[in-house]
Amino acid sequence: MLANLIKKAFPRSLWVYHCNSGACNGCDIEILNVLTPYYDIERFGMKLVGSPRHADVMLISGAVTRPTLPIVKKAYEAIPAPKLVFGVGSCAVGGGCWFDCYNVTGGADKAVPIDYYIPGCPPRPEAIIYGVALALGLVEKKVAPIELKQMEFPIDMYERNKAWEERNVIYELIKD
Amino acid sequence: MWLTSKIKQVFMVAKPGVVTLQYPFEPRPAPENFRGQPYWDHHKCIGCGGCAAHCPARTILVRDLCQELRVMVYDGSRCTYCGRCADVCPEDAITMTASYELATGSKEDVNETMELFMATCQRCGRCYDHEITNAIDRMSRIGFKYDSLEMRAVVPVSSEQFDMKLYEKTEKIKRPEKAGE
Repeated sequence: MLANLIKKAFPRSLWVYHCNSGACNGCDIEILNVLTPYYDIERFGMKLVGSPRHADVMLISGAVTRPTLPIVKKAYEAIPAPKLVFGVGSCAVGGGCWFDCYNVTGGADKAVPIDYYIPGCPPRPEAIIYGVALALGLVEKKVAPIELKQMEFPIDMYERNKAWEERNVIYELIKD
Repeated sequence: MWLTSKIKQVFMVAKPGVVTLQYPFEPRPAPENFRGQPYWDHHKCIGCGGCAAHCPARTILVRDLCQELRVMVYDGSRCTYCGRCADVCPEDAITMTASYELATGSKEDVNETMELFMATCQRCGRCYDHEITNAIDRMSRIGFKYDSLEMRAVVPVSSEQFDMKLYEKTEKIKRPEKAGE
C-alpha cells in the first residue's frame, strides 16, 4: 500500500539529503559507504545532495540533541512536499543509549515524523540499502514482533486472582 | 602519449571487472561474529534479569505480573547490539543472530516479549529477590515488581495481590513526553 504510494509519488530518482543530528559519525560513515562503487546506491538513481530544497528523502542519523532540534525541524520543512524520512541507526530510531538524557529528544521521531526505521549501531551498509529497497518496494519486510511463552505454566494467574477476589467478597459478607 | 595513457587507464579499469554487489536482489550473509538481532531462548532462560541489569541502553525490562509469572520485554528500537546480554547470560539463553535486515515502518516490529514461569520459595511462596540489597527495603517489600521506564528504576512497590491498576499504569513502555521547543 505504502510502497505503491511511494512508487506513484516518486516515479524518478530519489535525491537524498543527509542530516546529522548529533550522531557519533558511525552511521554517517556507513551512509558514505553506501555511496561507494562497492555498494553503489546510484543503481536506484539515488544521489546525495547538499541542500534540503533539492532533496526528496531525508536521512537522519543521531538522537536529536537539544541544539539541533530546531535546525532539524527547519531542514525537514525545507524539503518540498512529497518527502520521506529515514531514521538511520539506533539513536535516530529510539534514542540509543541516550534515550533519557536531559539534552536529547530521545529519537528522531520526537522531532519529525519518520517513515522508515533502520536499526543498528551502526547499521551495515547492506541494512541501509535494504531499508531503501523496502521503501521502493523491491524487497519484503522481514521483522515482526516476537512473543515467547513457556507453555508449561500450569494455572492462569489472572483468573486465579480474580476468583480469589470474588471469594474474598463472599467471606466478608459472611463475616457480618 | 595522451592516447596511450588513456588506453592504459581503460585496461586498469577493466582488470578488476564489476565490483558492485547486487545486494537487495541476492542475499549477502553477515560475517562471522557479527552481532545482529538478539534471540531469546525461552526454554533456557531462568529469568535472573542479568541482561536487564547490564544493558547499557536499558532495552530489557523485567516485569513480574504475579509471583509465578515474569515477563521480559525487549525494546529493540534503541538496542545498540553490543552483545552484553549474551555475554552475561549464565544459561546462554541469548544469542546474537546474524540477521541485520531489520528496517521497518514501525518501531514495534523489533520488539520481543517473553513470559517465564518462575519457581518460588517453598517457605514464603515468593520469587527469590536479587535486586534489593537494603534490608529495610526488603522488609517493606511484599510482592511483585513492575519495571517500567516511567518509574525509571526497579520499583520497590509492593501489593498483596495482583494489582490490575498498577499493572495498567506500567504496561506501556513509554518514556514521559518532554515539552517540545
